[in-house]
Amino acid sequence: MKSSTSRRLMVPGVAALALGFALTGCGAGNEGGSSSSSDSSLSGTLSGSGSSAQQTAMQSWRSAFQTKNSKVTVNYDPAGSGAGVEKFNGGGVDFAASDSPLNADAGEIDAAKKRCGGDAIEVPDYISPIAVIYNLKGVDKLQLDPKTVAGIFEGKITTWDDAAIKADNPGVSLPSTKITPVHRSDDSGTTDNFTDYLSQAGGGAWTSPHSKTWPLKSGEAGAQSSGMVAAVTNAEGSIGYVDDSAAGSLSKASIKVGDAYVAPSADAAGKALAASPLDDSRPENDIAVKVDRTTTESGAYPLILASYLIACPTYKDSGKADAVKAFMAYIVSDDGQQAAAKAAGSAPLPSELAKKAQDAVDTIKAG
Amino acid sequence: MSTTAPKTRSPRRRLGDLVFSGTTSGAALIILLALAGVAIFLTAKGVPALKATGDDLSGAKNIVSYTAPLVFGTLWAALLALLIATPLSIGVALAVSHYAPRRIATVLGYLIDLLAAVPSVVYGLWGSLFLAPRLVPSYSWLGDHAHWLPLFSDNSSATGRTIFTAAIVLAIMVLPIITAISREIFAQTPRLNEEAALALGATRWEMVRLSVFPYARSGIVSAVMLGLGRAMGETMAVAMVLSASGVVTFDLNSSTNPSTIAANIALKFADATGLRVNALIFTGLVLFVITFVVNFIARAIVSRADRRLAA
Repeated sequence: MKSSTSRRLMVPGVAALALGFALTGCGAGNEGGSSSSSDSSLSGTLSGSGSSAQQTAMQSWRSAFQTKNSKVTVNYDPAGSGAGVEKFNGGGVDFAASDSPLNADAGEIDAAKKRCGGDAIEVPDYISPIAVIYNLKGVDKLQLDPKTVAGIFEGKITTWDDAAIKADNPGVSLPSTKITPVHRSDDSGTTDNFTDYLSQAGGGAWTSPHSKTWPLKSGEAGAQSSGMVAAVTNAEGSIGYVDDSAAGSLSKASIKVGDAYVAPSADAAGKALAASPLDDSRPENDIAVKVDRTTTESGAYPLILASYLIACPTYKDSGKADAVKAFMAYIVSDDGQQAAAKAAGSAPLPSELAKKAQDAVDTIKAG
Repeated sequence: MSTTAPKTRSPRRRLGDLVFSGTTSGAALIILLALAGVAIFLTAKGVPALKATGDDLSGAKNIVSYTAPLVFGTLWAALLALLIATPLSIGVALAVSHYAPRRIATVLGYLIDLLAAVPSVVYGLWGSLFLAPRLVPSYSWLGDHAHWLPLFSDNSSATGRTIFTAAIVLAIMVLPIITAISREIFAQTPRLNEEAALALGATRWEMVRLSVFPYARSGIVSAVMLGLGRAMGETMAVAMVLSASGVVTFDLNSSTNPSTIAANIALKFADATGLRVNALIFTGLVLFVITFVVNFIARAIVSRADRRLAA
């Protein structure tokens, strides 16, 4: 029994590793045939770890990159953003992917600097809209003011025919069904971005600061995106939030931006990102976007998750430096962004930001 | 007149004996080392969490107020599971050992053992996707009509993923353990005792009550305690079934439920860094200690019962 706790913890890890190896094996096997046409001089094995939100996109990047560079193997363990950053700072992996930029207050920037022997390179690589999903019979189209969303998730608005929801949806007949707000029971970057949105755009209706852990002790909880989707699918009158690519066939609410209501889409997410300023308090080549949740830009959808790639500016091994550089350059390139958009429904980086990211990646060298 | 005592010659140590005793005591030692290793790891990594505050503890003030609701949830879920599983297991075990015809009993025994072979993720999937939605009507009826009881809230869960659903799943998971041990012990009841009871005119039930139960009491207790250990440590199934919010409540039908230590670690570990990891490991240490305490209590009960039986 005592050992079973740790064993149970280990199992998913081992499974993920095994899956990683299996996928790599696949990739390596697949590109065997095309290796004759590849004239890439890159070789070696890259290992990365981190965000599970990026998993689908990362899979398409890895397979495309390995096809082009047959002698490179890229492993990625979607262990979670926190675990990824921890492993990167401990020197366990070559690059990390994280749903939130390195946190200066938690000492992550310093730890990364220590590991790399110089300020770490950090670039946004995966932008995805977060959809507000709901399950309400007979209501296919729902519009919500961020203040209403905050009221619902705070538990202040408890039925679907509440005056606030009616005001957002003139002419829609809403049932008196009880609202079941669903949140994530595990710590997640999606929760972090969702609560950040509510606290900034909620007009005071949301009283907690943003955090990866759901801050309230009320409401229904689901484990991971799949648990969230299952909970909303099963419960009439429920509402939740999930990465747009995971929403499946569930109804999605449009949120109020300025005077109009905007539905989640890659386009709208890109617009919101383009309208957001960069965080200028960070080292050079550490590009973090301060997403402007209160933007009134027409057609922008500011409820987005911006995920990042983290790497070192220098690697001792020149082969590794070249491979990391080439892999990251591919990810932030137009090709890479389109591949992710196709595979995971993410929003391609706005061109200005993509250019900045490319410049940062280009500084990676051996040393 | 002297008798020569047969000279006691120490038996020649054979190589096979040496190897055998070496390997067995080695195996025993490895258990101790592994246990000590786990304890040392948990303590070393858990102690830094003592000075963790606020941000690293999901908003709790200190490590005690962070761990306490989890301890409550762990014990509460395990207790509920045992309340369901114990009578059921003893019934099944009795049926297999004393009531059912031989052939059916064998099949039943196999089926029960099979339950233990189902992976806990599968129980998790079954519990959250199949069982929970089917319990929603009962929960909402209880919420409407029985919320004056402290066990039910008038705000019942719309998904059915409550602590009671988790307890049902846990009960099914510990059922094979308790049943298997109880069955073995019931079957070992001295035949003479049973026949004596029957000869005195006891009915089947009286025979079981008078001869089987007293004999098996300590065995049942240790079976239940083993089940308790399993229920407290179960991770995946609880993490998937339970809609956990980390509160302290006795409500069985609400969507806001206490979380358990093991499920909390599984859910939060992936995204944890720095002191958060230490805090999670600290809760693991607490679970480790609780299981120890439970085992000690079980031993104490068993040995006391044995002494009474012998007296």
